[in-house]
Amino acid sequence: MSDKLRVATASLAGCFGCHMSLLDIDERLLELIMLVEFERSPINDIKQIEPVDVAIIEGGVANTDNVEVLREFRRQSNILVAIGACAINGGIPAMRNHFSVKECLEESYINGIGVLNPMIPNDPEIPLLLNKVHPIHEVVKVEYVLPGCPPSGDAIWTFLTELLEGRPIHFPYNEIHYD
Amino acid sequence: MTQCHFFIDGKDIPFHPGQTIMDAAMTAGIYIPHLCHNPDYEPTGSCRLCLVKLNGRYVSACTRPAQAGGKVENQSEEINQQRKTLLQMLFVEGNHQCPGCEKSGRCQLQAVAYYVGMLSPYFTHFYPNRQLDASHPEMMLDFNRCILCGLCVRASHDGDKKDIFAISGRGIKSHLVINSPSGKLGDSHFNAHDLAASVCPVGVFLPKHKGYEVPIGQRLYDRQPISQVGDVAGQNKPAGRS
Repeated sequence: MSDKLRVATASLAGCFGCHMSLLDIDERLLELIMLVEFERSPINDIKQIEPVDVAIIEGGVANTDNVEVLREFRRQSNILVAIGACAINGGIPAMRNHFSVKECLEESYINGIGVLNPMIPNDPEIPLLLNKVHPIHEVVKVEYVLPGCPPSGDAIWTFLTELLEGRPIHFPYNEIHYD
Repeated sequence: MTQCHFFIDGKDIPFHPGQTIMDAAMTAGIYIPHLCHNPDYEPTGSCRLCLVKLNGRYVSACTRPAQAGGKVENQSEEINQQRKTLLQMLFVEGNHQCPGCEKSGRCQLQAVAYYVGMLSPYFTHFYPNRQLDASHPEMMLDFNRCILCGLCVRASHDGDKKDIFAISGRGIKSHLVINSPSGKLGDSHFNAHDLAASVCPVGVFLPKHKGYEVPIGQRLYDRQPISQVGDVAGQNKPAGRS
C-alpha cells in the first residue's frame, strides 16, 4: 500500500459540476495524483468504498440512496468535505422544498409539458425521494466546507494543497463565492 | 461646529456631536459591516451586523451616537465571529439559493458574508414557504430573500412618500406586506423608478425583462470586497439624486 493520502469522492443530489471543476485544475491533476490516491470516485468509476483519509461530497441529500452513500462515506473517512452549494445548503435541488413530493412527482411525470404516457415511476430499484432536500451537515458531521456553484478549479486546488500540507486554509478573495 | 474625536480600533476618528459611530466611520472611510443601514434614511439598528464594542459593551454602530474619547472595537476575532453567526442565521431563515438568484454577485448579504469569511450557513435550514409577487409589469418581488431590513419601508415612506411597504407580524412570522387593495405590488402605486426599488440589499426587488446582464467575474463584488466597493444601494442611485 502506498503512503499517499487516500481520497474518495461522490456526487449525491448534485449536477457533477463540482467534479467537473475538480477536473478543471487541468495539468495540476498530474501533481495531485503524485500526492493522493483516488479511491471510490465517479472519476475512476470504482464502486466500493474503502477506508480513506479524505472524502469529498458534492450534492445535497434528496433520496434514500443519498443518505446511505453519505453515511457510508462518513464511516469510512477521517475528514469529510462538503463541496459546492448543494452539499452546503441544498442548492438548486432544495428549491423543491416548497412543494410536497407528490406535487413534484406529478409536475414531472404527469402534468409536465411534453410528458408522454404519464405515470409516476415506481420501480423498486429507484430510491425513494425524501420529503425535503437537506444539506449534508444535517445528516453527518462535516469537517470542511468549500462553497461555490461550483467552486473554481483554483479554489479546489488551494483547498487540496493547503489541506495536504496540513496548513490552515486561506483563500484569496475571488476564490470564495456562493454561486 | 465643534469637532470631537473618538477611536475605532485605536485610530483617531473626528465627529460632530449628533453623528452616530457609523456616520463618523463612513465619513472617515472605515468600513463597519451593515445591511439595514443606508445613510439616506433614519437608522433602525435591526440587522445587528454593525455591532461594535464601545468601551467594552456591544452597541449597534448605526444607532449609537459617537461619544468623545470613546474606544470602539470594530475588527476583532470575537466581533467577526458574532457577525458571522448573525449572517448564518439570516441565511438559514430565508431561501438564499445564490446560484439561482439574479442579484448574486451584487448582493450585500452575500458580500458581507464573504467579508466576514462565512463558508457555510452551519445551522439547520428553515426552507420557509414564501410566495413570489410577479403582479407588477416591471418589477418582481421574491420574498424568499427578504431579511426584513426595512429599507424599502423607509425609502417608500421617507423618500417616495408613498408608504407602499410595511413589515407585518411578529417574531418569526414577521414579513413584508404591500399597501394595496389586493396586497399585490401590481395594484399599488409602485413605480420601478421609486427609491424603494433601489435600496434592497438582497434580491427581493428584481427588475423584469432583464437578468444576469453582467457576466460572472465582472459583477460588483466579484473582484473586490464590499469594504472597498461599498453598498449596492450606492450603485443603484438614480442619476440626479444625491
